[in-house]
Amino acid sequence: MPLLRTLFSRLITTLITLIGVAVIVFFVIRVVPGNPIAMMLPPGATDEDINRLTALYGLDKTLPQQFLIWISGVLHGDFGTSITTRQPVLALVLSRLPATLELSVMALIIACLIGGFAALTGTRLRGTRTEAAIDVSNGMALSIPDFLWGLLLILGFGVLLPIFHISGRVTPSLKLPFTTDFYLTEALLRLRFDLWADIVSHMFLPALALAIPLAAIISQLLKQSLKETMHLDYVTLSRTKGYSENHVILKEALPNAILPTLTLVGVQFTFLIGGTVIIERLFSYEGLGNMAIDAVINRDLPLIQGIVILFALIFTAVNLCVDLCYAALNPRLRHG
Amino acid sequence: MKLNRRALLQLSAATAALGFAGLPARAQAIEELVIAYNVNLPSWDPTVGPSAVNPTIQGIYQSVFDQYILQQPDLKPAPGLLTEWGWNDDKTQVWMTVRDGVTWHDGSPFTAEDVAWSLARVANPETGSPIQFVWGTLANHRVEGNKVIADVAQFDPTIFKWMYFLTGYVLPKAYYEKVGAEGFEAAPIGTGPYMVEKFERNAFVRLKANANYWGGKPDFDTVTIKFVTDAAARVAEVESGNSHVTLEVPYEEYDRLKATLTGTATPVSDIGMIFLNDIEVMLDPNVRKAAAHAIDKQTIIDRLLSGYGVPIDTLQTPQYEAYDASIKVPYDPDLAVKLLADSGYSVDNPVKFKIQTTKGFKPKDYEMIQAIVGLWRKVGIEAEIEVYEIAKHYELRAADQLAPAAFYNWGNSVGDPTTSTGFAMFGPSPHSVWDGKDLIDMIGPLWGEKDEAKRIDGWKAVDKYIAENALVIPLLQYVQPILSAPGVVVTPHASGALLPHLMKRA
Repeated sequence: MPLLRTLFSRLITTLITLIGVAVIVFFVIRVVPGNPIAMMLPPGATDEDINRLTALYGLDKTLPQQFLIWISGVLHGDFGTSITTRQPVLALVLSRLPATLELSVMALIIACLIGGFAALTGTRLRGTRTEAAIDVSNGMALSIPDFLWGLLLILGFGVLLPIFHISGRVTPSLKLPFTTDFYLTEALLRLRFDLWADIVSHMFLPALALAIPLAAIISQLLKQSLKETMHLDYVTLSRTKGYSENHVILKEALPNAILPTLTLVGVQFTFLIGGTVIIERLFSYEGLGNMAIDAVINRDLPLIQGIVILFALIFTAVNLCVDLCYAALNPRLRHG
Repeated sequence: MKLNRRALLQLSAATAALGFAGLPARAQAIEELVIAYNVNLPSWDPTVGPSAVNPTIQGIYQSVFDQYILQQPDLKPAPGLLTEWGWNDDKTQVWMTVRDGVTWHDGSPFTAEDVAWSLARVANPETGSPIQFVWGTLANHRVEGNKVIADVAQFDPTIFKWMYFLTGYVLPKAYYEKVGAEGFEAAPIGTGPYMVEKFERNAFVRLKANANYWGGKPDFDTVTIKFVTDAAARVAEVESGNSHVTLEVPYEEYDRLKATLTGTATPVSDIGMIFLNDIEVMLDPNVRKAAAHAIDKQTIIDRLLSGYGVPIDTLQTPQYEAYDASIKVPYDPDLAVKLLADSGYSVDNPVKFKIQTTKGFKPKDYEMIQAIVGLWRKVGIEAEIEVYEIAKHYELRAADQLAPAAFYNWGNSVGDPTTSTGFAMFGPSPHSVWDGKDLIDMIGPLWGEKDEAKRIDGWKAVDKYIAENALVIPLLQYVQPILSAPGVVVTPHASGALLPHLMKRA
């Protein structure tokens, strides 16, 4: 029952958050300077042309009227039509979402692998130069922003040692048999390892750029948790039983030490998705973030609204999942 | 798993195999031309919506669609889908002769009906053409054999120039009516040198050569245009061999890479200028003239743009029809000091105003304005810089609310004075912020002038008046840097459009 109560309460909060985001994004993007009609005015346009175009895109109505039209459309699954692409917003954002999700998940996996390996190595070799080197690396990884990592990776593995692709999501000349936009997942399911390798080759550098700062956070937190756990009595008992140090770390200390890190990873995943905006642009990756930048530059109001709402939905959904997992794992919440 | 030397080697080999999978062949003979393009293509219809008036994507449109009239690399018109065109004697009608033997990408014949329908479609206000105000000057389009005739509802001396300018494209009547706007967006066809094979929004478009192209089959059978909007990423694309051609890279990178790649840097129809709004201190002619004479354009070009730019003194570049080399606004700081002194200003008592600029929208835009403000300070002008987004510039300019000075770039790929000086300086235009009645009176009669020589002379007189009174400060004509791999010969187009069908094998 407490779990159900938590779920109900979080769903209400999520709904209120989404409504708040919808209201804020709608009005804020109309208040900031720059309107789409001014952007598309050709030389020689008259006042009549301006009025005609303004009416064509429904911008001649009052803001509350525009909001009501938009929100009632959203409630019926119609997010409007993009001004620049002249395509339905919902179809556009849903077609790009899989690319961003796959990139984010790959970045998360890389971050967990690198961060976990660094934390375990640092714990195993605590007090040595290796641990110091890991700490310094973590500091560097955190102090350099992801877009700069992106540039360095492009230079390193795109130009100097051209191993990976540096733009796009898949080689244009390949014939894709996919029926969904989850290219990486579908390539695996169809056992098309040639396509899978090509897609990974495109995604690896942007995913790595996104993963490096997160890997450092995971490494630091997990190492700290492990360090604290290693001093607990049951760990000492394991040692006295004659278990190897590797066994003690992996089998005894890690299961307890990993819980705070898992919570953090859930929260950081939402930030990681936000970080795709710049990285996707840098690597010309056809995801939601790249589309978002174009939408902002072109003042494509319906598209901006659609993307922001979708991002908000992802953020709240991930946070909800994290909260529910926490509630399920926490005995005090589970049993009231 | 125990990590020994053998396991490490196996892991390295696996990683390398994964990395190399699918990498494009480079260096050898180019089978598929790959271009790293600087902008995305939002929409395929080149006649409606914001994309239709975006000059930077016209090169992609012109690869797939033909314009009514062909524009050559030097901006001059040439027979295209229309082989001949003109007005009747009293200029109440226009006539156009349509080329025979042309086919659409689906194999159906191109006819005069397509031309008449395309013209009528964009003249209809309900279509959403942003250039309807031009196309609407023709009415009652009809076909007579292989000729299209239309009545002139309002005489526009530039109507045929618009036929190789923004939205001046011929679309397939039967196909468009059959598939509708959405179907056309999904599978566009034209009569152009390339056919769309695959399009991934925000990623790439893959084009196949049109073997039946009336202008001859292009040299490269397959062209992939990747949308790489970040300049550093474009540099990496050509440097790594992932792309064969790119454009709009920083001039420093261009200089560095042209030693190993082929570099082409030619002036294009895009200029940098400072709008002066007739408000506050800009109502004082001495202040305006001093601001104009205090700018050392050549030094700014040399120092900031590595010499890539052409100083200009009017809104016409040397390639434009109304260019008048005799109009000069020389760098003369002493004259600037004197002019300011006549109005009571000096270095100790400077005239103050705000100047707006973008930052990073055009090469070194902000840095140029910083340099100009530095030059102004030396003669007694204290300008405060405000950085804004280009979207805000458009909005402020349309509302006539720009600061007293505002940096902007102006493109005019047809080279006609109406689409440069005319729209930028004619008060009632939403693009102009100078509302002086004297200038409006000078420009007004030129819109409908039927004598072409008189019209061009009239615009030259307008430019002279503008320069003498410093109603705007033209700065430079931009130079477009293009980098290409050995094996590709690029023909630059003065409009700035990068056209794959003009690229040849070396």
